[in-house]
Amino acid sequence: MEWKALEISLKLAFWTSVLLLPLGIFMGRALAWKQIPARPFIQSLIFLPLVLPPTVLGYYFLLSISPDAPLGSLWHWLFNRSLAFSFEGLLLASLIANLPFAIQPVQHAFSNIDSEIRDAARVCGLNAWQSLWKVELPLVWPGLLGAFLLTFTHTLGEFGVVLMVGGNLEGETRTLSIAIYDQVQAFNMDAAGNMALLLLGIAFFSLLLLQWKSFQIDHKQSDAG
Amino acid sequence: MTEIQTKAGLRIRLRGTGDIPLDVDLQCHPGELVALVGPSGSGKTTLLRALAGLYQQVDGSILNNGECWFDSSRGISLKPETRHVGMVFQSYALFPHLSARQNLLLALRRIPAANRTLVADQWLQRVNLSGLENRRPRQLSGGQRQRVALARALAPHPRLLLLDEPFSAVDQVTRVKLRRELVVLRQSIDIPTLLVTHDLDEALQLADRICVLHHGKQLQVATPDELMSHPATPVVARLLGMQNIFSAQVISRDDELLTLDWSGISLKIQSKEPFNPGDTLSWMAPPQSILLQRPDRPVPGDSENPVAGTISELVRLGPHASLRITPQHAPELPIGFYVPHHYVERQSLKVGMPVTLSLKTKAMHIFHSAIL
Repeated sequence: MEWKALEISLKLAFWTSVLLLPLGIFMGRALAWKQIPARPFIQSLIFLPLVLPPTVLGYYFLLSISPDAPLGSLWHWLFNRSLAFSFEGLLLASLIANLPFAIQPVQHAFSNIDSEIRDAARVCGLNAWQSLWKVELPLVWPGLLGAFLLTFTHTLGEFGVVLMVGGNLEGETRTLSIAIYDQVQAFNMDAAGNMALLLLGIAFFSLLLLQWKSFQIDHKQSDAG
Repeated sequence: MTEIQTKAGLRIRLRGTGDIPLDVDLQCHPGELVALVGPSGSGKTTLLRALAGLYQQVDGSILNNGECWFDSSRGISLKPETRHVGMVFQSYALFPHLSARQNLLLALRRIPAANRTLVADQWLQRVNLSGLENRRPRQLSGGQRQRVALARALAPHPRLLLLDEPFSAVDQVTRVKLRRELVVLRQSIDIPTLLVTHDLDEALQLADRICVLHHGKQLQVATPDELMSHPATPVVARLLGMQNIFSAQVISRDDELLTLDWSGISLKIQSKEPFNPGDTLSWMAPPQSILLQRPDRPVPGDSENPVAGTISELVRLGPHASLRITPQHAPELPIGFYVPHHYVERQSLKVGMPVTLSLKTKAMHIFHSAIL
């Protein structure tokens, strides 16, 4: 087991999921409720990482973080180091690759809230923030959990983008999925097998948790009679 | 022209600027209940939402107890959370993740924290929900949910109460019970109340005044009695489900007695409306103005405005029968009304039978406006 690779995988998955949560809430809520003329355009952009080959995504991301590109030069100016082949660069690419997983479940949860419930919160004297905290978030939390778990699991399994953007630097950007690939290439099937089993276990457990939670919620709602 | 304007109560002047038409100029006094009636899509709910500050595409002004909530000419528009409105939504809109008590507590955030639970429980007791404080909305029946919604709207002492079809989602038996409870509750409330309903009976039972809306436009505001006896226009009468609305020409006028030409026969109708010979007007024969006679069983005495015709339709509807009479002189203008079913049996009424209607001079209605 390559513990360092596992640590980087978990760190990447954790930060991707955590950082995307507020964005998921903001974007999901806006896309569910607000009248946005550019909605089809924005939705398509968000779904793009789902259908694009990770190599294409990685290619454009590498272009945008090169020292000549605005993002790359800004980063260099701020931190005096390159984004390419760094953990931060990997994290940034991972954030983009996971946009559909972070936004879609939350958007779905927000659009399930009856508009009269939102109106009622305002009429009851809650301002927009209080309404978000006291009414909306407690109602969309299954969507948030879904977004978090899907993003986490998907990031653990990400291969193409990681390889394109992060390279394979031990201790910096070498994740578990890349370590598995390396071990298989070197015919160390046992080492690859252990790591593969671990990823399989984590992924299955996450999905199981998600299904079990949504089953619980469905079950509760059907109590209503 | 000067206008007497009392500061108390709600004063609404609104015009829609968006896709939804709205044209309302309405007053609602403290303690008064004004029902907004009209077919679906007539702008009733939109008007309530505009009053609560939830719908913004309007021009005009909203004043409540002298406080300006909205004035498009001065750029004033209070946010919904600062208007202190109590609103019962059509779906009740209880917060599903909170218990009945917590639903009230969330609306009671303006009063000191120490009193909130006490006030919430007192209100739940007032709407007969003691013992159900900790139930979630999904564990309550439709009627109980409605009561929680009403308590949540009233507990924070709102300055305006808005009820959006509050009885539409419950069964008939519960509806009657809830209506009675609302009437009892209202006796202790001295704020303006607006009730949206598409149920005319509900409006007639509960409202002090009724405002008829059609395509967002306010057509008539009147007490239930006034509205039912003197609908302002044929459109209002039709919206209220009235039938037998026709047009006629004035032949002569003798003080308050008008002689009309109705498609060839002459009718005498008593009216104070200022019509003169030659004018075209609209008139209506309400049910209480129609008397049915079988020609072979004449009633002694003179019959007023006799109209000869035949029964063209006879349909039994429970204890009543719906009758349609085709007049001889104008078969395209049938007159419809209801009679008790036992009357149909006693008189052996049948489709095709010739009959005479007598239209009572004093009971017929002439519309102020001639537009059909």
